[in-house]
Amino acid sequence: MDDHASTPAHSKPDSERLVLSGDWTLLHFTRIQRQLAKLDPNRFTTLCFDDVTRLDTAAAQLLIEWYGPARMQALSSMLPVKRKNLLISVAGAVTTQRQEPPPANASKALTHGVALVGQQVESLYLQQKYLLGFLGLVLSALARTLWRPSRWRVTATVSHIQQTGLNAVPIVMLLTFMVGAVVAFLGATVLESFGATIYTVNLVVFSFLREFGVLLAAIMLAGRTASAFTAQLGSMKSNEEIDALRTQGLDPIELLVLPRVLALWISLPLLAFIGTLSGMLGGAVVGVVALDIPLSQFLRIVERDIGVSHFFAGIVKAPLFALVIALIGCAEGFKVSGSAQSVGEHTTSSVVQSIFMVILLDALAALYFMEMGW
Amino acid sequence: MDDTVIDIERLENRFGANVVHQDLNLTLKRGEILGVVGGSGTGKSVLLRSIVGLKPIDAGEIRVFGQRLNTLSTSQRAAIERRFGVLFQRGALYSSLNLEENIALPLVEHTPLSRQDAEHIARMKLALVGLSPNAAKQMPAALSGGMIKRAALARALALDPDVLFLDEPTAGLDPISAAKFDQLLLTLRDALGFCVFLVTHDLDTLYTVCDRVAVISQKRVIVADTLANVAATDDTWVQDYFHGPRGRAAYHAAKEAT
Repeated sequence: MDDHASTPAHSKPDSERLVLSGDWTLLHFTRIQRQLAKLDPNRFTTLCFDDVTRLDTAAAQLLIEWYGPARMQALSSMLPVKRKNLLISVAGAVTTQRQEPPPANASKALTHGVALVGQQVESLYLQQKYLLGFLGLVLSALARTLWRPSRWRVTATVSHIQQTGLNAVPIVMLLTFMVGAVVAFLGATVLESFGATIYTVNLVVFSFLREFGVLLAAIMLAGRTASAFTAQLGSMKSNEEIDALRTQGLDPIELLVLPRVLALWISLPLLAFIGTLSGMLGGAVVGVVALDIPLSQFLRIVERDIGVSHFFAGIVKAPLFALVIALIGCAEGFKVSGSAQSVGEHTTSSVVQSIFMVILLDALAALYFMEMGW
Repeated sequence: MDDTVIDIERLENRFGANVVHQDLNLTLKRGEILGVVGGSGTGKSVLLRSIVGLKPIDAGEIRVFGQRLNTLSTSQRAAIERRFGVLFQRGALYSSLNLEENIALPLVEHTPLSRQDAEHIARMKLALVGLSPNAAKQMPAALSGGMIKRAALARALALDPDVLFLDEPTAGLDPISAAKFDQLLLTLRDALGFCVFLVTHDLDTLYTVCDRVAVISQKRVIVADTLANVAATDDTWVQDYFHGPRGRAAYHAAKEAT
């Protein structure tokens, strides 16, 4: 049984008999393959196993495939019980394997590529259809519960507001503050050559009121909250908790999705507002420290030049983004099937989708608002 | 040649202040199927994990093929661990690989085989445990419980182990699949000649396949003997276990079958 003292497999033709000796094991697989390839199985009427020290399934498989399962089965009846059992079992396995070859997965590259494109397009279509259906479910659940305050899930909603809103305040503030500072520096660098450094104020305030405040907050939540929703609901789904809710006559949409959607609906506008202020503050600090624009002047320019309509043009997008993020996060969670791997896949997918949708909608909204002159 | 494959002496296992095993002695002999039973929480799986080296032991010693695993160098230890095959309770198939790749992985990693040859062997192993070659390309997530157990067994057998560790192989299977699994285990043991350390709750499995049964109770093995002798042991838990309604049913079923 000592691994180190193994003698390699050897076969020696002896007229119509093939005498096998040594270790016929996985260790000598390629050696056995080479030896057998050189010999013609039909030449030998019998194989002699007397000198074989060890025989394992892999070597047995090679022998049987070389000699033929049926012939080997016939031959093995003369062998000691242990060898016989091994050879018969493996011969059986080789036979079934030969009867049902595994499905070929080789296909032509071109058709395969076209098929892949088709699959992707179809899955994109099905995804959007699913999302619309999910939106319908959520809205109808909302309509059902809206008139019955006794069925409002206040505790769950407030808890989600804390998790998605309050707990995200520091990171959103920090992020927007830094982007505000960067925009101010960038603007100053360009505008300085025209002697218009002071317009840095307009640049920062405009961009944050209209776009960056809400966009950055939404992207932050897409990464932070959509993934959390998917993971939470996904692990519940794979644990059959959602099925358990259904069998108890409870509506998982009403219990699990609605509080999350409402919470995000409330959180995101607030976060967008905080992010806008924080970004403007970042610009103001850069102004004070590096550009010789005192805070009082900064505020005066904001008051004098920039109308409140810009603020509304930005913040009005927040509830829409919130809805998209929450819907995608929850819908992906419901699509999880079975394994933990599936939870991971759908979490990734929910983050990618929600960030993509947020940026796409923002671009469309920017175009629309510009054309409308708002 | 010494017949003892695994020899456990005065083993002690603790989790913090909670002592799981104390003064536990057990041997596993070549070619036998040893069933390990015990109530929930008596540390059957912990014992299995200690032997294969997944849990460091706190005292005593475990000798495998005459060598103490925890005194060996990493490479020597790996050489011994290669002679183990372990079937985990829920299969533990690698979810990102299909069945054929799951089984080919140890072959590719441990032997100089090409991937093609390894997958060829893998398909034979699948056929050996009674899975159709069509299943070779399937992912573990797409399989039923019985198929997962079979595939996991095929993976445990990939390197032709000398010792096979099975952790509740028939748990969660329907009685028909469980009985088939028992038969499969017997057939493969007779054909391949490995010995089996079998942790189980399934009385039918005990009666059908086990040569010896070890009972873990009160932190140690209170008896390890043939089934008839174990069932005759004067111990409350053993009596309840083997002579309760389920125990009797399994006994009669086994008697009718023989």
